[in-house]
Formats: sequence, structure tokens, C-alpha cells
Amino acid sequence: MTPVLDTALDLALSAVLVGGGIFALVGSYGLLRLPRPMQRLHAPTKATTIGVGAALLVSALDLLSQSQISWQELLITLFLLLTAPVSALFLAKTLILRGEADANLPDTGTGKPWATLAPEHSDP
Amino acid sequence: MRRVFPHPYLSLTLVVLWFLLVNQWKLGSLVMAIILATIIPLLTSAWWPDRPRVKRPFALAAYALLVLWDVIVANFQVARIVLFMPRAKIQSAWITVPLDLKSPEAISLLAGTITMTPGTLTADTSACGRALLVHALHAPDPDAVRDDIKARYESRLQRIFE
Repeated sequence: MTPVLDTALDLALSAVLVGGGIFALVGSYGLLRLPRPMQRLHAPTKATTIGVGAALLVSALDLLSQSQISWQELLITLFLLLTAPVSALFLAKTLILRGEADANLPDTGTGKPWATLAPEHSDP
Repeated sequence: MRRVFPHPYLSLTLVVLWFLLVNQWKLGSLVMAIILATIIPLLTSAWWPDRPRVKRPFALAAYALLVLWDVIVANFQVARIVLFMPRAKIQSAWITVPLDLKSPEAISLLAGTITMTPGTLTADTSACGRALLVHALHAPDPDAVRDDIKARYESRLQRIFE
């Protein structure tokens, strides 16, 4: 690659990296700023995904520009998409069980209670 | 075959994942991949008795792209709420989403999608698995959010799985 193109690519990648970093920061800031526990859960599940995603994209593209292909970045993205919803669900269920989410949850509309509040060992 | 590989697609996915993880072609890696692809599905089959049926795999790929795009949009929306919206103005809401989906894999995918996309988070399911409890960060009109989830994601998943 020509030096000019090289510099342009570096600048573009740096911009994506900084942008992703800002989103990660916003996610952490949301933890501080949002007042209620359930609201705080929203910030890290979303804003952080794009932060990590941007870092991984840059890492993969940078290696690609040196004609190396690295698949691990794709894997990390995949694992992140798999684990973030599960950990968020566990945190939400914990909040519901401890009564810190909300005293007035809406009705399920199915005649059965929400799974977390259902009596143990009841068959679905 | 059925008893050794209760989930053939999971086994295949594990082989591919292992090769992506080690990032090189070696015979030793293939042996390790096959060992993992045999043991993991066997150990987890007690919690996953049925095989998922994906009727339209290409529609699943299109769905993944749609969700990826929505995740990016979601990040901007949540960032704006976190940074600029006054705390008192944030109207969080609980939403009950009744489910038409029946396949557990499709419901898990829907729950994950809801968590990753605009301002919503799956918090629980009903004990019978026929409804999802969703928390919205800022939803002045909760019914519209519910309709949006059903129209944008559930209907697509229904076409893919059922």
C-alpha cells in the first residue's frame, strides 16, 4: 500500500476506535447516572457492546491490512452476543426475586405467574 | 448416531468454532475439535432434549444482519438517553409480550434480541413460557413497543422456525 493510503486507513481505524471508546464510557457513565436498578441494567448491555465491537473490528481490519486474517475477533463478537443477554437476564431475575425491581409487575396474561416468582418445582 | 451426537448441528458448530479459535489447520486441532464436539453435546443434552428445526437457514442469516443493524441503532438511542435526558423525564415501563412462538430455541433467540436492541431488556418469562416480561428504559407508549417487537422480530422468527 502507498504511504498516503496507509495513513488514511490508520486515521479511519483510529476514529472507529475512539468512537467505540466513547460508547463504552457512556455505558459506564449510565451505571452512575440512571437512578433505578432496572434502568442501570440497560446501559452496560447495549453501549458496551458497540464499544467492544468497535475495538474488535479495528483489530481484525488492522491485521487484514497486513494481509493476515484473524477469526478470533469474530468469535469474541459472537460470544459477546450470546452472553450479554444471558447475564442481563440473570441480573434482572435477581432484582425481581429480591423485590428490588418493582413492586407492581404487570400481569403475565397467561394465568400463570412470572417464572422467577412462581413457587419452586411447579411444572410449567 | 443419534445417541452419540444428539445435536449434529451443535457438534458441527463446535468443530468450526474450535478451528476459528486455534486459527490454524493442524491434525491435532481436528482431534481436539472432534472430542469437544462429542463430549459437550452429550453433557448438555439433558437440558436440551429436542432438536431445533430451522426451516429457513438463509432467513436466519438475514435476521442476524437485521439484529446487528438494530444493535448499532440501539447504542445511539441508549447513549442519547443516558447522556442528555433529564432523569425525571425517563419513563421506564414494564411490558408483557404474549408469545405466539412455541419453539424454545426461537423464544430464547427472541429474548436475546429484545435485550440487545433499542432500549428494551428481557427480564423474565411466565412460568408456562407463553409470555415475556420486558423492561423498557424509555417508553412513553408501551403498547407500541410490544407491537413493534411482535411485528419486527417475532413474526420473522416464526417464519424461520415454525
